[in-house]
Amino acid sequence: MRRYSAFAVAREATRYHQGWARAWRSPEPKKKYDVIIVGAGGHGLATAFYLGRNFGITNVAILEKGWLGGGNTGRNTTIIRSNYLQDPSAAIYEKSRSLYETMSQDLNYNVMYSPRGVLMLAQTEAEVRGYKRTAHANALQGVDTEFVSPERVKQLVPIISLDGPRYPVLGGLWQARAGTGRHDAVAWGYARACSDMGMDIIQQCEVTGIRQDGGKVVGVDTTKGAIDCDKLGVVVAGHSGVLAEMAGFRLPIESVALQALVSEPIKPCMDIVVMANTVHGYMSQSDKGEMVIGGGADGYNNYTQRGSFHHIEETVRALVETFPMISRLKMLRQWGGIVDMTGDRSPILSKTPVENVFFNCGWGTGGFKATPGSGWGFAELVAKGYSPLCEAFGLDRFREGRFVDESVAAGVAH
Amino acid sequence: MLILECPCCGVKGEETEFHGGGEAHIKRFGPGSSEEEFHDYLFAKENPRGVHFERWRHVNGCGKWFHVARCTRTLEVFGSYSAQTTEPPQEIRDAITARRPGWRWREFS
Repeated sequence: MRRYSAFAVAREATRYHQGWARAWRSPEPKKKYDVIIVGAGGHGLATAFYLGRNFGITNVAILEKGWLGGGNTGRNTTIIRSNYLQDPSAAIYEKSRSLYETMSQDLNYNVMYSPRGVLMLAQTEAEVRGYKRTAHANALQGVDTEFVSPERVKQLVPIISLDGPRYPVLGGLWQARAGTGRHDAVAWGYARACSDMGMDIIQQCEVTGIRQDGGKVVGVDTTKGAIDCDKLGVVVAGHSGVLAEMAGFRLPIESVALQALVSEPIKPCMDIVVMANTVHGYMSQSDKGEMVIGGGADGYNNYTQRGSFHHIEETVRALVETFPMISRLKMLRQWGGIVDMTGDRSPILSKTPVENVFFNCGWGTGGFKATPGSGWGFAELVAKGYSPLCEAFGLDRFREGRFVDESVAAGVAH
Repeated sequence: MLILECPCCGVKGEETEFHGGGEAHIKRFGPGSSEEEFHDYLFAKENPRGVHFERWRHVNGCGKWFHVARCTRTLEVFGSYSAQTTEPPQEIRDAITARRPGWRWREFS
Protein backbone atom coordinates (compact mmCIF):
# COMPACT_ATOMS: atom_id res chain seq x y z
CA MET A 1 0.00 0.00 0.00
CA ARG A 2 1.27 3.44 -0.94
CA ARG A 3 1.22 5.80 2.04
CA TYR A 4 -0.82 8.95 1.72
CA SER A 5 1.23 12.05 2.55
CA ALA A 6 1.94 15.59 1.44
CA PHE A 7 4.83 14.18 -0.61
CA ALA A 8 2.48 11.74 -2.35
CA VAL A 9 0.16 14.62 -3.27
CA ALA A 10 3.12 16.61 -4.60
CA ARG A 11 4.44 13.61 -6.55
CA GLU A 12 1.06 12.93 -8.13
CA ALA A 13 0.59 16.61 -8.90
CA THR A 14 3.57 16.39 -11.25
CA ARG A 15 2.03 13.51 -13.24
CA TYR A 16 -1.63 14.36 -13.60
CA HIS A 17 -2.60 12.18 -10.60
CA GLN A 18 -2.18 9.01 -12.64
CA GLY A 19 -0.38 7.08 -9.90
CA TRP A 20 -3.10 6.69 -7.28
CA ALA A 21 -4.02 3.06 -6.69
CA ARG A 22 -7.49 1.89 -5.70
CA ALA A 23 -7.87 2.12 -1.92
CA TRP A 24 -8.97 -1.51 -1.62
CA ARG A 25 -9.07 -4.61 -3.82
CA SER A 26 -12.32 -6.24 -4.96
CA PRO A 27 -11.42 -9.95 -5.20
CA GLU A 28 -13.63 -12.95 -5.90
CA PRO A 29 -14.44 -14.91 -2.72
CA LYS A 30 -12.17 -17.82 -1.75
CA LYS A 31 -13.55 -21.24 -0.75
CA LYS A 32 -12.87 -20.79 2.95
CA TYR A 33 -11.91 -18.14 5.50
CA ASP A 34 -11.01 -18.27 9.20
CA VAL A 35 -13.50 -15.51 9.92
CA ILE A 36 -16.32 -14.08 7.82
CA ILE A 37 -17.72 -10.70 8.80
CA VAL A 38 -21.16 -9.96 7.35
CA GLY A 39 -21.60 -6.25 6.69
CA ALA A 40 -18.95 -3.87 5.36
CA GLY A 41 -20.05 -0.83 7.29
CA GLY A 42 -17.96 1.01 9.84
CA HIS A 43 -18.46 -1.53 12.63
CA GLY A 44 -17.84 -4.56 10.40
CA LEU A 45 -14.68 -3.12 8.88
CA ALA A 46 -13.44 -1.95 12.28
CA THR A 47 -13.97 -5.48 13.60
CA ALA A 48 -11.96 -6.93 10.71
CA PHE A 49 -9.25 -4.31 11.16
CA TYR A 50 -8.74 -5.06 14.87
CA LEU A 51 -8.90 -8.83 14.20
CA GLY A 52 -5.83 -8.29 12.04
CA ARG A 53 -4.13 -5.56 14.06
CA ASN A 54 -4.67 -6.95 17.58
CA PHE A 55 -4.96 -10.70 17.01
CA GLY A 56 -3.10 -11.41 13.77
CA ILE A 57 -6.15 -12.99 12.12
CA THR A 58 -6.00 -11.86 8.49
CA ASN A 59 -7.67 -14.72 6.61
CA VAL A 60 -10.89 -12.74 6.79
CA ALA A 61 -13.65 -11.92 4.33
CA ILE A 62 -16.02 -9.01 4.75
CA LEU A 63 -19.25 -9.58 2.83
CA GLU A 64 -21.49 -6.68 1.88
CA LYS A 65 -24.83 -6.96 0.10
CA GLY A 66 -24.79 -3.39 -1.21
CA TRP A 67 -21.79 -1.12 -1.33
CA LEU A 68 -19.19 -0.44 1.31
CA GLY A 69 -20.39 2.01 3.95
CA GLY A 70 -23.75 2.44 2.21
CA GLY A 71 -25.94 1.68 5.21
CA ASN A 72 -26.05 3.61 8.44
CA THR A 73 -22.34 4.42 8.17
CA GLY A 74 -23.17 6.79 5.32
CA ARG A 75 -26.47 7.98 6.77
CA ASN A 76 -25.70 9.24 10.26
CA THR A 77 -25.04 12.77 11.49
CA THR A 78 -21.38 11.96 12.37
CA ILE A 79 -21.56 12.89 16.05
CA ILE A 80 -18.91 11.39 18.34
CA ARG A 81 -19.38 11.63 22.11
CA SER A 82 -19.13 9.42 25.20
CA ASN A 83 -21.27 11.13 27.86
CA TYR A 84 -23.28 8.02 28.77
CA LEU A 85 -24.51 7.13 32.22
CA GLN A 86 -23.71 3.48 32.92
CA ASP A 87 -20.17 2.20 33.47
CA PRO A 88 -20.13 -0.41 30.65
CA SER A 89 -21.39 2.18 28.13
CA ALA A 90 -18.93 4.81 29.28
CA ALA A 91 -16.14 2.25 28.90
CA ILE A 92 -16.92 1.28 25.30
CA TYR A 93 -17.90 4.77 24.09
CA GLU A 94 -14.90 6.43 25.73
CA LYS A 95 -12.58 3.77 24.27
CA SER A 96 -14.16 4.58 20.95
CA ARG A 97 -13.79 8.34 21.32
CA SER A 98 -10.14 7.97 22.26
CA LEU A 99 -9.51 5.72 19.24
CA TYR A 100 -11.05 8.41 17.01
CA GLU A 101 -8.44 10.90 18.25
CA THR A 102 -5.61 8.96 16.63
CA MET A 103 -7.55 7.23 13.86
CA SER A 104 -6.25 9.38 10.99
CA GLN A 105 -2.66 8.51 12.00
CA ASP A 106 -3.44 4.83 12.72
CA LEU A 107 -5.10 4.32 9.34
CA ASN A 108 -3.01 6.82 7.34
CA TYR A 109 -6.36 8.14 6.16
CA ASN A 110 -7.82 11.52 7.06
CA VAL A 111 -11.09 10.87 8.88
CA MET A 112 -11.41 14.59 9.67
CA TYR A 113 -12.05 14.00 13.37
CA SER A 114 -13.01 17.38 14.74
CA PRO A 115 -13.17 17.52 18.55
CA ARG A 116 -15.34 20.62 18.48
CA GLY A 117 -17.43 19.77 21.54
CA VAL A 118 -20.96 18.48 22.04
CA LEU A 119 -23.54 20.34 24.11
CA MET A 120 -26.74 18.63 25.25
CA LEU A 121 -29.30 21.23 26.26
CA ALA A 122 -31.24 20.83 29.49
CA GLN A 123 -34.66 22.37 28.89
CA THR A 124 -36.69 20.96 31.77
CA GLU A 125 -35.96 20.63 35.50
CA ALA A 126 -35.90 16.86 35.08
CA GLU A 127 -33.29 17.16 32.37
CA VAL A 128 -31.16 19.44 34.57
CA ARG A 129 -31.17 16.78 37.29
CA GLY A 130 -30.54 14.02 34.77
CA TYR A 131 -27.55 15.73 33.17
CA LYS A 132 -26.05 16.71 36.53
CA ARG A 133 -26.26 13.06 37.45
CA THR A 134 -24.59 12.10 34.16
CA ALA A 135 -21.81 14.65 34.76
CA HIS A 136 -21.17 13.16 38.22
CA ALA A 137 -21.20 9.62 36.82
CA ASN A 138 -18.82 10.66 34.03
CA ALA A 139 -16.45 12.21 36.60
CA LEU A 140 -16.22 8.82 38.31
CA GLN A 141 -15.75 7.04 34.97
CA GLY A 142 -12.97 9.37 33.87
CA VAL A 143 -15.05 10.87 31.06
CA ASP A 144 -14.48 14.61 30.81
CA THR A 145 -17.91 16.31 30.94
CA GLU A 146 -19.38 19.19 32.92
CA PHE A 147 -22.76 20.76 33.56
CA VAL A 148 -22.72 24.36 32.33
CA SER A 149 -24.91 27.40 33.03
CA PRO A 150 -27.20 29.10 30.48
CA GLU A 151 -24.71 31.98 30.25
CA ARG A 152 -21.96 29.57 29.23
CA VAL A 153 -24.36 27.97 26.74
CA LYS A 154 -24.93 31.37 25.14
CA GLN A 155 -21.15 31.87 25.02
CA LEU A 156 -20.65 28.53 23.28
CA VAL A 157 -23.56 28.98 20.86
CA PRO A 158 -24.24 32.66 20.22
CA ILE A 159 -27.07 31.89 17.78
CA ILE A 160 -29.16 30.14 20.44
CA SER A 161 -32.33 31.63 21.89
CA LEU A 162 -32.11 30.91 25.64
CA ASP A 163 -35.70 31.75 26.54
CA GLY A 164 -37.54 29.83 23.86
CA PRO A 165 -41.30 30.08 24.05
CA ARG A 166 -41.85 26.45 24.99
CA TYR A 167 -38.66 25.27 26.64
CA PRO A 168 -36.14 27.79 27.99
CA VAL A 169 -32.53 26.64 28.17
CA LEU A 170 -31.69 25.90 31.82
CA GLY A 171 -28.17 24.66 31.26
CA GLY A 172 -26.35 21.98 29.36
CA LEU A 173 -24.11 18.92 29.52
CA TRP A 174 -20.88 19.89 27.81
CA GLN A 175 -18.29 17.45 26.54
CA ALA A 176 -15.44 19.50 25.11
CA ARG A 177 -13.54 16.53 23.66
CA ALA A 178 -16.51 15.18 21.73
CA GLY A 179 -17.13 16.24 18.16
CA THR A 180 -17.70 15.01 14.65
CA GLY A 181 -15.85 12.98 12.01
CA ARG A 182 -16.14 12.22 8.32
CA HIS A 183 -18.30 9.08 8.34
CA ASP A 184 -17.47 7.78 4.85
CA ALA A 185 -13.75 8.27 5.46
CA VAL A 186 -13.98 6.07 8.56
CA ALA A 187 -15.33 3.20 6.45
CA TRP A 188 -12.91 3.87 3.57
CA GLY A 189 -9.91 4.15 5.86
CA TYR A 190 -10.68 0.86 7.60
CA ALA A 191 -11.39 -0.81 4.24
CA ARG A 192 -8.03 0.33 2.84
CA ALA A 193 -6.20 -0.92 5.95
CA CYS A 194 -8.07 -4.27 5.91
CA SER A 195 -7.38 -4.81 2.23
CA ASP A 196 -3.73 -4.01 2.87
CA MET A 197 -3.57 -6.77 5.50
CA GLY A 198 -4.80 -9.24 2.85
CA MET A 199 -8.45 -9.37 3.83
CA ASP A 200 -11.07 -9.75 1.09
CA ILE A 201 -13.82 -7.13 0.91
CA ILE A 202 -16.56 -8.58 -1.26
CA GLN A 203 -19.31 -6.12 -2.22
CA GLN A 204 -22.66 -6.93 -3.80
CA CYS A 205 -22.59 -10.32 -2.13
CA GLU A 206 -25.71 -10.90 -0.06
CA VAL A 207 -25.79 -13.61 2.58
CA THR A 208 -28.86 -15.79 1.96
CA GLY A 209 -28.31 -18.52 4.54
CA ILE A 210 -26.15 -19.60 7.45
CA ARG A 211 -24.99 -23.21 7.20
CA GLN A 212 -24.64 -25.16 10.42
CA ASP A 213 -23.46 -28.60 11.42
CA GLY A 214 -24.39 -29.89 14.88
CA GLY A 215 -25.20 -26.45 16.26
CA LYS A 216 -21.96 -25.02 14.92
CA VAL A 217 -21.50 -22.66 12.00
CA VAL A 218 -19.64 -24.08 8.98
CA GLY A 219 -20.25 -21.39 6.38
CA VAL A 220 -22.67 -19.08 4.63
CA ASP A 221 -24.65 -19.23 1.41
CA THR A 222 -24.35 -16.06 -0.61
CA THR A 223 -25.40 -14.68 -3.97
CA LYS A 224 -21.81 -15.45 -5.05
CA GLY A 225 -21.97 -19.08 -3.91
CA ALA A 226 -21.25 -20.92 -0.67
CA ILE A 227 -18.27 -19.82 1.43
CA ASP A 228 -16.92 -21.84 4.37
CA CYS A 229 -15.74 -20.29 7.62
CA ASP A 230 -14.69 -21.21 11.14
CA LYS A 231 -16.25 -18.18 12.77
CA LEU A 232 -18.96 -15.78 11.68
CA GLY A 233 -19.37 -12.20 12.89
CA VAL A 234 -22.66 -10.56 11.95
CA VAL A 235 -22.56 -6.75 11.96
CA VAL A 236 -25.61 -5.73 9.95
CA ALA A 237 -27.32 -2.89 11.80
CA GLY A 238 -30.97 -2.69 10.88
CA HIS A 239 -31.12 -6.12 9.30
CA SER A 240 -29.86 -8.10 12.31
CA GLY A 241 -33.27 -9.70 12.76
CA VAL A 242 -33.19 -11.03 9.20
CA LEU A 243 -29.77 -12.66 9.75
CA ALA A 244 -30.84 -14.00 13.15
CA GLU A 245 -33.79 -15.71 11.49
CA MET A 246 -31.37 -17.40 9.06
CA ALA A 247 -29.35 -18.63 12.04
CA GLY A 248 -32.56 -19.87 13.69
CA PHE A 249 -33.16 -17.61 16.67
CA ARG A 250 -34.92 -14.35 17.48
CA LEU A 251 -33.39 -11.16 18.84
CA PRO A 252 -34.80 -8.60 21.29
CA ILE A 253 -34.61 -6.02 18.52
CA GLU A 254 -37.00 -3.95 16.45
CA SER A 255 -35.96 -2.14 13.28
CA VAL A 256 -37.19 1.40 12.83
CA ALA A 257 -36.37 4.29 10.51
CA LEU A 258 -34.31 7.23 11.72
CA GLN A 259 -33.88 10.23 9.46
CA ALA A 260 -31.70 13.26 9.03
CA LEU A 261 -31.57 16.28 6.74
CA VAL A 262 -29.20 19.04 5.70
CA SER A 263 -29.82 22.66 4.80
CA GLU A 264 -28.26 24.74 2.08
CA PRO A 265 -24.70 25.81 2.97
CA ILE A 266 -24.34 29.04 4.92
CA LYS A 267 -21.41 30.91 6.44
CA PRO A 268 -19.93 29.49 9.67
CA CYS A 269 -22.31 30.26 12.52
CA MET A 270 -22.03 27.34 14.96
CA ASP A 271 -18.76 25.58 15.75
CA ILE A 272 -20.05 22.90 18.13
CA VAL A 273 -22.71 20.19 18.07
CA VAL A 274 -25.95 21.05 19.91
CA MET A 275 -28.50 18.42 20.91
CA ALA A 276 -31.92 19.29 22.29
CA ASN A 277 -33.42 16.05 23.50
CA THR A 278 -36.61 17.39 25.04
CA VAL A 279 -37.77 18.86 21.76
CA HIS A 280 -36.24 16.09 19.60
CA GLY A 281 -33.65 17.80 17.47
CA TYR A 282 -29.93 18.16 17.11
CA MET A 283 -27.78 20.19 14.81
CA SER A 284 -24.20 20.83 13.76
CA GLN A 285 -22.59 22.67 10.88
CA SER A 286 -20.59 20.70 8.35
CA ASP A 287 -17.31 21.89 6.86
CA LYS A 288 -19.25 22.77 3.70
CA GLY A 289 -21.50 25.04 5.77
CA GLU A 290 -24.65 22.91 5.66
CA MET A 291 -26.59 22.65 8.88
CA VAL A 292 -26.81 18.90 9.59
CA ILE A 293 -30.05 18.13 11.40
CA GLY A 294 -31.32 14.95 12.96
CA GLY A 295 -34.47 14.12 14.83
CA GLY A 296 -36.48 11.34 16.35
CA ALA A 297 -37.04 7.79 15.14
CA ASP A 298 -40.34 6.56 13.72
CA GLY A 299 -42.55 4.65 16.09
CA TYR A 300 -43.13 1.50 14.07
CA ASN A 301 -41.20 -1.34 12.41
CA ASN A 302 -39.84 -0.22 9.09
CA TYR A 303 -37.20 -1.40 6.60
CA THR A 304 -37.75 1.23 3.91
CA GLN A 305 -34.76 3.50 4.68
CA ARG A 306 -36.95 6.58 4.52
CA GLY A 307 -38.69 8.46 7.31
CA SER A 308 -42.01 10.20 7.83
CA PHE A 309 -42.67 13.79 6.85
CA HIS A 310 -44.17 14.71 10.18
CA HIS A 311 -40.93 13.90 11.96
CA ILE A 312 -39.08 16.39 9.77
CA GLU A 313 -41.68 18.99 10.61
CA GLU A 314 -41.44 18.26 14.34
CA THR A 315 -37.64 18.39 14.34
CA VAL A 316 -37.38 21.55 12.29
CA ARG A 317 -40.09 23.31 14.30
CA ALA A 318 -38.22 22.56 17.52
CA LEU A 319 -34.91 23.75 16.12
CA VAL A 320 -36.39 26.96 14.74
CA GLU A 321 -37.62 27.78 18.24
CA THR A 322 -34.15 27.16 19.65
CA PHE A 323 -32.24 28.80 16.77
CA PRO A 324 -34.57 31.48 15.30
CA MET A 325 -32.00 32.54 12.68
CA ILE A 326 -32.35 29.27 10.75
CA SER A 327 -36.04 29.84 10.03
CA ARG A 328 -35.42 31.00 6.43
CA LEU A 329 -33.00 28.18 5.53
CA LYS A 330 -33.94 25.88 2.68
CA MET A 331 -33.46 22.18 3.24
CA LEU A 332 -31.43 20.41 0.58
CA ARG A 333 -31.63 16.69 1.24
CA GLN A 334 -33.36 14.29 3.56
CA TRP A 335 -32.60 10.59 4.02
CA GLY A 336 -33.33 7.71 6.36
CA GLY A 337 -31.57 4.69 7.74
CA ILE A 338 -32.77 1.57 9.52
CA VAL A 339 -31.63 1.32 13.11
CA ASP A 340 -32.13 -1.69 15.37
CA MET A 341 -33.47 -0.78 18.77
CA THR A 342 -33.12 -2.89 21.90
CA GLY A 343 -35.37 -2.44 24.90
CA ASP A 344 -32.65 -0.88 27.09
CA ARG A 345 -31.17 1.19 24.23
CA SER A 346 -27.80 -0.50 24.65
CA PRO A 347 -26.06 -2.59 22.01
CA ILE A 348 -25.69 -6.36 21.79
CA LEU A 349 -22.16 -7.70 21.32
CA SER A 350 -22.56 -11.34 22.03
CA LYS A 351 -22.14 -15.03 21.44
CA THR A 352 -25.34 -16.62 20.17
CA PRO A 353 -27.12 -19.97 20.50
CA VAL A 354 -25.19 -21.12 17.40
CA GLU A 355 -21.57 -21.91 18.20
CA ASN A 356 -19.00 -19.56 16.64
CA VAL A 357 -21.67 -17.14 15.45
CA PHE A 358 -21.31 -13.69 17.01
CA PHE A 359 -23.70 -10.77 16.70
CA ASN A 360 -22.84 -7.09 16.95
CA CYS A 361 -26.09 -5.14 16.72
CA GLY A 362 -28.65 -3.05 18.57
CA TRP A 363 -26.68 0.19 18.43
CA GLY A 364 -30.00 1.93 17.93
CA THR A 365 -29.78 5.56 16.99
CA GLY A 366 -26.11 6.05 17.92
CA GLY A 367 -23.73 3.59 16.36
CA PHE A 368 -21.35 5.87 14.47
CA LYS A 369 -19.65 7.25 17.57
CA ALA A 370 -18.97 3.69 18.71
CA THR A 371 -17.40 2.42 15.48
CA PRO A 372 -13.77 1.89 16.59
CA GLY A 373 -14.63 0.84 20.15
CA SER A 374 -17.22 -1.62 18.91
CA GLY A 375 -14.72 -3.07 16.43
CA TRP A 376 -12.04 -3.27 19.15
CA GLY A 377 -14.26 -5.16 21.58
CA PHE A 378 -16.05 -7.31 19.03
CA ALA A 379 -12.76 -8.41 17.43
CA GLU A 380 -11.60 -9.57 20.85
CA LEU A 381 -14.89 -11.42 21.38
CA VAL A 382 -14.63 -13.16 18.01
CA ALA A 383 -10.94 -14.00 18.41
CA LYS A 384 -10.89 -15.11 22.07
CA GLY A 385 -14.53 -15.75 22.91
CA TYR A 386 -14.40 -13.18 25.69
CA SER A 387 -14.00 -9.42 25.85
CA PRO A 388 -14.19 -7.26 28.97
CA LEU A 389 -15.48 -4.37 26.84
CA CYS A 390 -18.41 -6.49 25.58
CA GLU A 391 -19.14 -8.44 28.74
CA ALA A 392 -22.11 -6.37 29.89
CA PHE A 393 -23.66 -6.37 26.41
CA GLY A 394 -24.36 -10.11 26.07
CA LEU A 395 -27.67 -11.47 24.79
CA ASP A 396 -28.23 -13.18 28.16
CA ARG A 397 -28.55 -9.82 29.93
CA PHE A 398 -32.25 -9.83 28.97
CA ARG A 399 -32.87 -13.26 30.47
CA GLU A 400 -30.97 -12.34 33.62
CA GLY A 401 -32.41 -8.84 34.01
CA ARG A 402 -29.03 -7.09 33.80
CA PHE A 403 -30.13 -4.25 31.54
CA VAL A 404 -27.73 -1.46 30.69
CA ASP A 405 -30.36 1.26 30.72
CA GLU A 406 -29.33 4.15 28.49
CA SER A 407 -32.77 5.40 27.51
CA VAL A 408 -31.83 8.90 28.75
CA ALA A 409 -28.43 9.10 27.08
CA ALA A 410 -29.54 7.42 23.89
CA GLY A 411 -33.31 7.83 23.77
CA VAL A 412 -33.57 10.30 20.95
CA ALA A 413 -30.63 12.21 19.83
CA HIS A 414 -27.46 11.18 18.04
CA MET B 1 -46.56 8.29 5.05
CA LEU B 2 -48.81 5.60 6.44
CA ILE B 3 -52.57 5.82 5.92
CA LEU B 4 -54.47 3.60 8.36
CA GLU B 5 -58.16 2.94 8.85
CA CYS B 6 -59.49 2.44 12.37
CA PRO B 7 -61.87 -0.54 12.35
CA CYS B 8 -63.51 0.69 15.57
CA CYS B 9 -64.74 4.09 14.35
CA GLY B 10 -64.20 3.71 10.61
CA VAL B 11 -62.05 6.84 10.32
CA LYS B 12 -59.18 6.86 7.86
CA GLY B 13 -56.20 8.95 8.85
CA GLU B 14 -52.47 9.38 8.42
CA GLU B 15 -49.98 8.09 10.95
CA THR B 16 -49.92 11.13 13.27
CA GLU B 17 -53.47 10.27 14.26
CA PHE B 18 -52.36 6.87 15.52
CA HIS B 19 -49.70 5.45 17.81
CA GLY B 20 -47.87 2.21 17.10
CA GLY B 21 -48.08 -0.43 19.81
CA GLY B 22 -45.64 -3.05 18.52
CA GLU B 23 -46.00 -6.70 17.59
CA ALA B 24 -49.48 -8.25 17.80
CA HIS B 25 -50.78 -11.72 18.71
CA ILE B 26 -48.14 -12.24 21.39
CA LYS B 27 -48.97 -15.31 23.42
CA ARG B 28 -48.60 -14.50 27.08
CA PHE B 29 -46.64 -16.71 29.46
CA GLY B 30 -46.86 -16.21 33.20
CA PRO B 31 -46.31 -18.22 36.38
CA GLY B 32 -45.64 -21.89 35.68
CA SER B 33 -44.08 -21.32 32.27
CA SER B 34 -40.48 -22.19 31.51
CA GLU B 35 -37.74 -19.56 31.61
CA GLU B 36 -37.35 -19.94 27.86
CA GLU B 37 -41.02 -19.20 27.20
CA PHE B 38 -41.06 -16.25 29.59
CA HIS B 39 -37.91 -14.77 28.03
CA ASP B 40 -39.29 -15.08 24.52
CA TYR B 41 -42.65 -13.63 25.56
CA LEU B 42 -40.95 -10.59 27.09
CA PHE B 43 -38.10 -9.89 24.71
CA ALA B 44 -37.90 -11.89 21.46
CA LYS B 45 -39.31 -10.01 18.48
CA GLU B 46 -40.37 -11.24 15.04
CA ASN B 47 -39.18 -7.98 13.42
CA PRO B 48 -39.62 -9.37 9.89
CA ARG B 49 -38.63 -7.66 6.67
CA GLY B 50 -42.04 -8.14 5.06
CA VAL B 51 -45.47 -9.05 6.41
CA HIS B 52 -45.98 -7.82 9.97
CA PHE B 53 -48.96 -7.93 12.31
CA GLU B 54 -49.00 -5.13 14.80
CA ARG B 55 -51.06 -3.19 17.31
CA TRP B 56 -52.04 0.44 16.86
CA ARG B 57 -54.06 2.85 18.97
CA HIS B 58 -56.25 5.57 17.54
CA VAL B 59 -54.88 8.13 20.05
CA ASN B 60 -56.14 11.29 18.34
CA GLY B 61 -59.51 9.76 17.56
CA CYS B 62 -61.67 7.15 19.26
CA GLY B 63 -58.80 6.04 21.52
CA LYS B 64 -59.36 2.35 20.82
CA TRP B 65 -56.73 -0.32 20.10
CA PHE B 66 -56.82 -2.32 16.87
CA HIS B 67 -54.64 -4.55 14.69
CA VAL B 68 -52.97 -3.82 11.36
CA ALA B 69 -51.37 -6.14 8.80
CA ARG B 70 -48.59 -4.23 7.06
CA CYS B 71 -45.46 -4.81 4.99
CA THR B 72 -42.36 -3.37 6.70
CA ARG B 73 -40.43 -3.45 3.41
CA THR B 74 -42.84 -1.30 1.37
CA LEU B 75 -45.15 0.22 4.04
CA GLU B 76 -48.09 -1.32 2.13
CA VAL B 77 -51.09 -1.81 4.43
CA PHE B 78 -53.01 -5.05 3.84
CA GLY B 79 -55.86 -4.17 6.20
CA SER B 80 -56.86 -3.42 9.76
CA TYR B 81 -59.03 -5.49 12.06
CA SER B 82 -60.41 -5.67 15.56
CA ALA B 83 -58.11 -6.22 18.53
CA GLN B 84 -60.67 -8.67 20.01
CA THR B 85 -59.04 -11.68 18.38
CA THR B 86 -56.06 -13.97 18.88
CA GLU B 87 -55.29 -14.45 15.20
CA PRO B 88 -55.68 -12.54 11.95
CA PRO B 89 -59.11 -13.08 10.30
CA GLN B 90 -59.32 -15.05 7.06
CA GLU B 91 -60.10 -12.05 4.83
CA ILE B 92 -56.93 -10.29 6.03
CA ARG B 93 -54.90 -13.45 5.36
CA ASP B 94 -56.44 -13.69 1.89
CA ALA B 95 -55.62 -10.04 1.21
CA ILE B 96 -51.98 -10.69 2.16
CA THR B 97 -51.80 -13.88 0.10
CA ALA B 98 -53.05 -11.96 -2.94
CA ARG B 99 -50.13 -9.54 -2.62
CA ARG B 100 -47.43 -11.74 -1.01
CA PRO B 101 -47.95 -15.38 -2.02
CA GLY B 102 -46.25 -17.84 0.31
CA TRP B 103 -45.94 -15.42 3.26
CA ARG B 104 -45.45 -16.74 6.78
CA TRP B 105 -45.49 -15.00 10.18
CA ARG B 106 -44.98 -17.08 13.30
CA GLU B 107 -47.58 -19.87 13.15
CA PHE B 108 -49.82 -18.01 10.69
CA SER B 109 -49.67 -18.30 6.93
